[in-house]
Amino acid sequence: MPRRFDNKEFKRVSRREILKLTPLVALGAFAIPPAQDYLLGRGVAFTDWVSDKLFRRGHLAPTYPDSALTPLDKFAFNSYDTNTPEIDPDWLLEVSGLVTRPGNYSLDDIRRLPKISQNTRHVCIEGWDLVANFAGARMSDFLNLIGADMNARFVYVECADDYYESLDMEAATHPQSLLCYEMYGKPLQAGHGAPLRWSLPTKIGYKSAKYLTSFKVTNVLTRRSYWGDQGYSTYADI
Amino acid sequence: MFSRGAAIGVIRAIARTRTFDPLRVKEHRDDLRFERESEVKSNDEPEQSLAGESNGEKPLPPDARSASEAIARAPAPPSKATQPEPASPPQVPASSSMGALAAAPAAPTEAAPPEEAAAGTFVSAYEHSAVVRFCHWLNAVALGIMIASGWRIFIAFPSFGARIPEHRLLKIPDAITLGGWLGGALEWHYTFMWVFTATGLIYVGYLIASGEYRTMLFRPRDIPGVWPMVRHYFFFGPEPKQTEAYNALQKFAYTTIVFCGTLSVFTGIVILRPVQLSGLAWLMGGFHLTRVWHFVAMCGFVAFIPGHLVMVALHGWNNFMSMVRGWKKNPEYL
Repeated sequence: MPRRFDNKEFKRVSRREILKLTPLVALGAFAIPPAQDYLLGRGVAFTDWVSDKLFRRGHLAPTYPDSALTPLDKFAFNSYDTNTPEIDPDWLLEVSGLVTRPGNYSLDDIRRLPKISQNTRHVCIEGWDLVANFAGARMSDFLNLIGADMNARFVYVECADDYYESLDMEAATHPQSLLCYEMYGKPLQAGHGAPLRWSLPTKIGYKSAKYLTSFKVTNVLTRRSYWGDQGYSTYADI
Repeated sequence: MFSRGAAIGVIRAIARTRTFDPLRVKEHRDDLRFERESEVKSNDEPEQSLAGESNGEKPLPPDARSASEAIARAPAPPSKATQPEPASPPQVPASSSMGALAAAPAAPTEAAPPEEAAAGTFVSAYEHSAVVRFCHWLNAVALGIMIASGWRIFIAFPSFGARIPEHRLLKIPDAITLGGWLGGALEWHYTFMWVFTATGLIYVGYLIASGEYRTMLFRPRDIPGVWPMVRHYFFFGPEPKQTEAYNALQKFAYTTIVFCGTLSVFTGIVILRPVQLSGLAWLMGGFHLTRVWHFVAMCGFVAFIPGHLVMVALHGWNNFMSMVRGWKKNPEYL
């Protein structure tokens, strides 16, 4: 509403109004490096927390007809710092942690589990995505096979190329989370993570670790995620 | 989760804080004019002393207008007197006081032409409440961060659709981006998306609760006013008479920018969670198209910001300060 002021009163009122905006000064904390790291870390953690609350285990990722598949040779994959590792012909998956049947599991042990083949979207953190065919055993079946403690919080894997990744139990037991050994009906190619990789349609691409060598069920993570420990979201739900 | 009752309570509380009521401005216009005239008539003696003092410190210029404009207006033709304005020179009070108090000394108005100086007071409108100003500045910072970090995110895959074959649609210089690398940019983006969304929601919620949206919502009846405004801004048309707080082009800008904000938030959520929100992703035409819409929203902001800044620069300090202190001295529409 319009009002009449003299100069002095206007100054007083202006000062009071400007003071109301002073909380904005707190934004300056983002300019101080240690505070900035902390605050941005909190921001990502909050986003992950919200995502965790919104995660619906029963909600399936969309699947697509074969006609929607991106051809295998157009499947981009990022080999990060290291080269594609050599595959050990006597490859075994080392299982440890909160499981009743720890030990080494061969690819045939995993192949004996019911095979799931699905056309799902693989979304990269960079922004590209494609629809690909992945086949393998449900991770929940494998967790039953090894007698995992289903109340444990995390599943943690290490890879032949020193990559490592973790997954909360809720996502690990999602019906579309696979221990994948085939793509497009053929055994995994070297670049795509032979002999065994994760395929997680509910997670962003970098969570789908390749060249798995060890598999651990645990409540405590010393390392969370190769990219998550460098600043990406560890939760990385999509 | 917040209860619905709490949300309504917050909106009502916000609505109660409003002081600027655009719908009542018109009623007050005539009152103020009357007040202004009668003050000059009745307060001659105290005015002189006030004017003398204030002349010593500051002559209280009518900030809304440039000095040259004020001078140009001074010898205005009599027809101008029929549409008096707050900062306009003293012909209105002078003429009316001449009639009533012919013997009254008109000395102060000679020394300081604007009547504000003479009266020692001026009219001011509370244009932007603290809620709006707070949201505006916080949102402005968040928007800058979202755009700069968004560009950095775009650099990681500067295209839409398939990765192979790769098309590099746009080269964005690193210097204008934020975050240093994709992960750093995402941290900024994930943090400030909450600030951006929250301030946007509070702002829009406040506008609706207070009814203030009516001054800036672009409606079909505003369409005829757009072209004259564009013509004026590009220096080949006369200035259309301003009858409202915001002209047609401003309404268009402020409406589309809220649309851009809404679009960017919804597309952003879908890009972030295309699987959990697969229904929304489908509605937006799929993941690929959603990225395109998100980019389009950014382009809307990038188009808006320079225009907004140029307009703020052209309209001067007093206009700018209304977004800082809420009050605008001598608003041109009164």
